Amino acid sequence: MIKSKAILDIRGLKKNFGDREILKGIDFGVDKGDVVCIIGPSGSGKSTLIRCINFLENLTEGAIVFNGNNVLETFEDLSLYRTKVGMVFQQFNLFNNMTVLENCMVGQLTVLKKEHETARQTAMKYLYHVGMADYINAKPHQLSGGQKQRVAIARAMALEPEILLLDEPTSALDSEMVGEVLAVMRELAAAGLTMIVVTHEMAFAREVASKVIFIDQGVIAEQGAPEVIFKNPVQQRTKDFLARFNQNN
Amino acid sequence: MTTMPTTFFEWVFFLLEQYGWLFLKGAFVTLMLALVGTFIGCVIGFIVGIIQTIPVAPNTGKMKKSFYGLIRWLLDAYVELFRGTPMIVQAMVVYYGSMSLFDIDMSAMFAGFLVVSVNTGAYMAETVRGGINSIEPGQHEAATAIGMNHYQTMRKVILPQALRNIMPQIGNNLIINIKDTSVLNVISVTELYFSSKSAAGVYYKYFEVFFITCVIYFIMTFTVSRILRLVERRMAGPRDYQLITYDPLQDPCGHFQVPLAKNRGESK
Repeated sequence: MIKSKAILDIRGLKKNFGDREILKGIDFGVDKGDVVCIIGPSGSGKSTLIRCINFLENLTEGAIVFNGNNVLETFEDLSLYRTKVGMVFQQFNLFNNMTVLENCMVGQLTVLKKEHETARQTAMKYLYHVGMADYINAKPHQLSGGQKQRVAIARAMALEPEILLLDEPTSALDSEMVGEVLAVMRELAAAGLTMIVVTHEMAFAREVASKVIFIDQGVIAEQGAPEVIFKNPVQQRTKDFLARFNQNN
Repeated sequence: MTTMPTTFFEWVFFLLEQYGWLFLKGAFVTLMLALVGTFIGCVIGFIVGIIQTIPVAPNTGKMKKSFYGLIRWLLDAYVELFRGTPMIVQAMVVYYGSMSLFDIDMSAMFAGFLVVSVNTGAYMAETVRGGINSIEPGQHEAATAIGMNHYQTMRKVILPQALRNIMPQIGNNLIINIKDTSVLNVISVTELYFSSKSAAGVYYKYFEVFFITCVIYFIMTFTVSRILRLVERRMAGPRDYQLITYDPLQDPCGHFQVPLAKNRGESK
């Protein structure tokens, strides 16, 4: 069915909320090891797009193709697909009734049916990566925003997904905590993890992305290498957006 | 023959002496009805709550969808029916109805347990639904995103949090049940009210007997209310946590709750 080496292919994705068209036909592919940064003004449909990729939102039209297979046709149960496509939320969404360690283990135990000890070791490995191994007994409400987000990344990584989706992972953080989360994301990118990141951190996108997608009013207005998008954007609306952005920062 | 008591308190002590055992047995039955009824009611409520919040996945089949629809309609009907009629009437209908319609001769006690459970279940279903709605949608989303299905999400993430929020309401139901099981006297369940009526009939001392009954009811509800407060506080969990200050991966014995000497004394 598919010839490209793309790990993920989004085809003709449309999403309506009621009569309102949020996404009007999105097509793009993600290769293994790619870091795709999705940028664009608020309300342009960035978050909706990333939520559609792991079916937190039902697609109105179009298809998500994962490793050459249409997800809705091949995965009878979306659970398995979702373990391969990790998700990190803007609001962290750590499970409030569990400790840091339990947060990182519960998916492995209930969905992947791993042994308790194996799950604990995997969880610890990723908590180490994000520098939260000291806090395994803490509950989410006892952590700072940056710490929560790092645990959330470890929770997603503990399932050892093939792709990690990050929906504005630093937007709910105080500016002093943005750095620690971006550092973790840089490391993951350097380790070769495939990521799709919705972000307003232009510096991060410029430095880490292998592809930048600029979304405006529900369509991909422009996409390409970060140097091209940031240095020589072709579309007027990309120019306007970046100009506005540089003004504010 | 001993002389009969004259004053109010003499009567109270006299009746306690004569019928203490009867009061105790009645109180025990009342407490059992309330505890078991509330517990089963909670279980029913949780099951109904879980079923009513099943989301419709994008690739759910039509058959499955209409099946869920039917179940949901039936559960709604159950809740409305049992919330919308008095328990005293439900007791009559269940007890006598089962006999004349289905030829089932259930004991009054069994009918009592059944009615209290099913009645509480109807109320709890709504309470649990409210409890589930009170949990921010992000929790459900995060669980979905790591691949947990609806049941796993409910059991591991949503219900433990919802339970904490609805604990006061469960306590309310338990206390209401302690008092309202008195209506089961209409089908001759020998709970506290029924026993009191029997005791009162002997000497025609209604005030004295029901004064005792009143005190017993209050002792039961007050004790339960205090215990529930304790449980609630226990569920809130500790406010502090321990940092792990050594490398747990290198420790072959695991890493849970290592009492560090400096923290041992000050954790409370």
